[in-house]
Amino acid sequence: MSISVAMTVNGKAVSGKVEARTLLVQFLREHLGMTGTHVGCDTSQCGACVIHVDGKSVKSCTMLAVQAEGAKVTTIEGLAASPDKLHPMQEAFRENHALQCGFCTPGMVMSAIDMVKRHNYQLDEATVRRELEGNLCRCTGYHNIVKAILAAAPAMKSAGV
Amino acid sequence: MTAATGIGARVLRTEDKRFLTGNGRYVDDLPLARATYAYFLRSPHAHAKIKSIDISAAAKMPGVVNIFTGKDLVDAKVGGLICGWVVKDKHGQPHKAPAHPVMAVDTVRYVGDTVAMVVANTYDEAKDAAESIKVDYEVKPANVDPGRALDKGAVEVHPEAPGNLVYDWEIGVKADVDAAFAKAAHVTKLDLINNRLIPNAMEPRAAAADYDKGTGQYTLWSTSQNPHVLRLILSAFVLGIPEHKLRVIAPDVGGGFGSKIFCYADETMVCWAASRVGRPIKWTAERSESFQTDCHGRDHVTHAELAMDKDGKFLALKVDTIANMGAYLSTFSTAVPTYLYATLLAGQYTTPLIYANVKAVFTHTAPVDAYRGAGRPEATFVIESIVSKAAAEMKMDPAELRRKNFIPSTAFPYQTPVALQYDSGNYPPIIDEAIKIADYKGFEARRAEAKSRGKLRGIGFSSYIEACGLAPSQVIGQLGGGVGQWEAAQIKFNPTGNVQIMTGSHSHGQSHETTFAQIVSDKLGVPMEQIEIVHGDTATTPFGMGTYGSRSLAVGGSAIMKAADKIIAKGKKIAAHLMEASVADVVFENGTFKVAGTDKNVPLAQVVFAAYVPHNYPLAEVEPGMDENAFYDPANFVYPAGTQICEVEIDPDTGEVEIVNFTAVDDFGNIINPMVVEGQVHGGIVQGIGQALLEAAVYDKATGQLISGSYMDYTMPRADDVPSFKLGYKVTPCPHNPLGVKGCGEAGAIASPAAVMNAVHNALAPIGVKHVEMPATPLNVWQSIQGAQRQAAE
Amino acid sequence: MYDFAYHRPKSVADAVGLLKGKPEARAMSGGMTLIPTLKQRLARPSDVVDLGGVKELAGIKVEGNNVVVGGMTRHADVATSAEVKAAIPALAHLAGHIGDPQVRNRGTIGGSVANNDPAADYPGAVVGLNATVTTNTRKIAADDFFKGLFETALADGELITSISFPKAEKAAYMKFPNPASRYAMVGVFVAKTAGGVRVAVTGAGPCVFRVKAMEDALAKNFSSAAIKDIKIPADGLNSDIHGSAEYRAHLVGVMARRAVDAANK
Repeated sequence: MSISVAMTVNGKAVSGKVEARTLLVQFLREHLGMTGTHVGCDTSQCGACVIHVDGKSVKSCTMLAVQAEGAKVTTIEGLAASPDKLHPMQEAFRENHALQCGFCTPGMVMSAIDMVKRHNYQLDEATVRRELEGNLCRCTGYHNIVKAILAAAPAMKSAGV
Repeated sequence: MTAATGIGARVLRTEDKRFLTGNGRYVDDLPLARATYAYFLRSPHAHAKIKSIDISAAAKMPGVVNIFTGKDLVDAKVGGLICGWVVKDKHGQPHKAPAHPVMAVDTVRYVGDTVAMVVANTYDEAKDAAESIKVDYEVKPANVDPGRALDKGAVEVHPEAPGNLVYDWEIGVKADVDAAFAKAAHVTKLDLINNRLIPNAMEPRAAAADYDKGTGQYTLWSTSQNPHVLRLILSAFVLGIPEHKLRVIAPDVGGGFGSKIFCYADETMVCWAASRVGRPIKWTAERSESFQTDCHGRDHVTHAELAMDKDGKFLALKVDTIANMGAYLSTFSTAVPTYLYATLLAGQYTTPLIYANVKAVFTHTAPVDAYRGAGRPEATFVIESIVSKAAAEMKMDPAELRRKNFIPSTAFPYQTPVALQYDSGNYPPIIDEAIKIADYKGFEARRAEAKSRGKLRGIGFSSYIEACGLAPSQVIGQLGGGVGQWEAAQIKFNPTGNVQIMTGSHSHGQSHETTFAQIVSDKLGVPMEQIEIVHGDTATTPFGMGTYGSRSLAVGGSAIMKAADKIIAKGKKIAAHLMEASVADVVFENGTFKVAGTDKNVPLAQVVFAAYVPHNYPLAEVEPGMDENAFYDPANFVYPAGTQICEVEIDPDTGEVEIVNFTAVDDFGNIINPMVVEGQVHGGIVQGIGQALLEAAVYDKATGQLISGSYMDYTMPRADDVPSFKLGYKVTPCPHNPLGVKGCGEAGAIASPAAVMNAVHNALAPIGVKHVEMPATPLNVWQSIQGAQRQAAE
Repeated sequence: MYDFAYHRPKSVADAVGLLKGKPEARAMSGGMTLIPTLKQRLARPSDVVDLGGVKELAGIKVEGNNVVVGGMTRHADVATSAEVKAAIPALAHLAGHIGDPQVRNRGTIGGSVANNDPAADYPGAVVGLNATVTTNTRKIAADDFFKGLFETALADGELITSISFPKAEKAAYMKFPNPASRYAMVGVFVAKTAGGVRVAVTGAGPCVFRVKAMEDALAKNFSSAAIKDIKIPADGLNSDIHGSAEYRAHLVGVMARRAVDAANK
């Protein structure tokens, strides 16, 4: 079944023809060529595919493209204000060596931003660790990811993002 | 060089920007025009005869381009997958080496064995069609338990390996060890299982291939840790494509941990089929496919005995291990439980006599091969578990017993009784530092406080040694390895002064783009931003052995240093000419050639320019250009060592184990970038914690099905399963490589299982629990507590 | 995933109409279970009727002594709802511990309850609080709703429109998660309400169940000491590589006591 779908991705209106079974992550990667969002599992657990839909973090592997009809989608590609100006969360990941192979990173960053906002820019280590339940990383042992998120929270607040 | 970017500086990573902005380029991200997509039909049975495969209905399905089965490969005379390391058994006979067809022909031998390849216009179409392939299986009983694989009457995996025995191998002189045991004042005995693990790099394995009809050139993109080795295997042994007609590219790769070293069926098929399909082919594993078909790790069943004198001095160690190889021998599988395991059994200790017997067995499970640490975690787990058990039995402090038996710093180079010669080390200061950081003295007070909250608190040590930086080629050759273990580097200056470093190492998280650039920046005085590290493409990099066994810096980095030396040597000749001085008087400092004792100088950039525009140039003596190659073959392994201390609290009501404190102090020799090293240690520790507390690959003993076949049942460590870590360093530089470095990639995973389990045993000892197997899951711990209580009641 | 016909109705009536007469059609609320099931090709629906556009199904309101949660209300919204936190904090706590944050942003109460996964959390609250499930055709009492493994009283094409939870005097939910999936291996919801004490157990068996012995003991004395000697039989409980039936039986006791202690705080 071929269906037209239209949404806003990183501020740009996009549209396409998809099958009903096309996942949102497939639409991003295969139709739009936005390969920053990754797929690391098939049971909705690893979180490599996390993006924001209407301001909330979701797993784009567990959402149909057609469900995002009319939605505002933000992906990892849409975070940095310019190539030289990273989002404070991206900057904190870099400063704290919170990524190694980079594969889980887009999902981690997207989950982390949502987490900081939901907790009103105030987080402690235990909360960050609990909130990362839906994101797996095999490289970093999480130590530096937790550090980065704790560092980014005040930075996001002062940057007003 | 300024401290900001040179060796030892905490330089932020060059590669981060692309990864953080979604601009990494992994295999699945490749845009390939007119691509087709492959789906592999895998065996649902652990052991079955294939009576027939009917592809006729599937071939008619929408979008199907081609379907291949094992028979097509036989017809095309495609070779089998190989094991590249010949281990000779205790009678000098080579290991049993049954054929490993790329796709099964008449028998499937594990759940996930590849049966057919469907190529279609879309992935969904390929998968749809695969469901219409009719395979008539005659299901047979399976054997998945390595502990029972050698039993009389066990189902045989291969007729070529009677009784499922791959080899019966030994090291050491058993009679000498037995004699020492006869005189021992105390013998500690231990039975343990080193649980089977699934590597789970976050990027699933993937492959894509394209064939150029005009030139006969194949291009294979693969999630490989060692693209040159993959090309060599495919060319020389499997597909017969001439090496120069096959280009292998491993672009950004999302973690490997060993699992992406090997040559797999799927990437082989994608490459082979590309010329037959006539369009590019893409394939990416689904995670459940990764669970079934990635090589697994560990899976040992071991009995060990340690003989001591009355003071706790180790007299001899005896180890019997059954190592599961799975259904087929993967690329380096045979070496893992022998030369990477038993040769490490001296640990940090002066144990004068060691005997190990290793029986490798076939089972109806996925192949087992190197996984982070490969053999060394298994060895460390044996040694450090039995040493802690011995301390408990002898009522000695576990740190004291270790100290008493450490190889003294004055004894290096130290020849162990199990072949290796440790080059350097100084172990007592490491454990002292760890004890300080972990506040070992305050532990009993913390234990008492925990008890008041109903929690059982325990502490555990693990003092590991590893041999990495693989490795001296001639040693590897003597031991049966089929390849050299040097590394290659090329330093190519461009006329404008910036520089490209081509390395045979491959970064899939290790930060080479940063640390290798730091080395070059430090050595040649070139700013970081003018240095590009090129890796992962057989067409643009010199033949190299790739990244595994913590070898990139020690071996690959050393090759870069050698190439840099050549640059300097050549530059001196050019500079001498430019400065009208004698070459012998030219020195190179901070990126500038100088005539010693004068103020004459010429910067490297100017020398490089002269080399490319050789108008005023000693052409009679020196070739133009500034482009040097080097191969570095190490004189020995490197021997990182360290001590970890883990502290746990156990909830006796639920069996939950919480890690409340974790300290690691390591000696990695000189450190290029402490930030990167810390990251490696953190990640390694968590993989070890995963093994100790969470992870287990479980096959159903009756059906051979992989029960832990997804993240629903295979427990990956999550952020809230682990604590933050306290790290420390001691430095004894490696004496035989130019950087003085050891390896840091595997250490965390090598040491931590024993540290955690020793802490678990220490916590549970007061309530009578004698032994808990890994992983110490809540269920497992609870059952152990129940067992102890039942025993106490009897 | 197999392909299917996709529908996005705007009203309950339209949704019911789309499902009618199509035995292989499936309603989808958050999709947190359905989409993974489809991805594994374990189901092959002819039609998927997405309830995401049905505005009337989402929302939380307090009606007298009851908190009424619309079927399409996301877990995250229940977890953070001021009304729920004030009226039945244990329900907000439960919702805040379902899955992970991304699942909570999509998953819905109606979907979870209609699916009746044995390891789901919400059935514990529905039975524990003696809630009433309202569908497009009727009201169903909690004790009559859950019928067995993935089985409920819902007829084909019947949709949960809301669930009404009576306020509790005291209530708490304690979950022991499966280490791998983080679903409830054992979850115990304990509530003391005007209607009496209830102890509902999810995760341990094929379907949520009540523990009468504990309820009786707690009715007399609402303290963990009152139930410390009550043993749960392991017969019929779930068993897998993460938890034997015996272990689950044991955990029911531990989680029940911890829930009572938490409810008393």
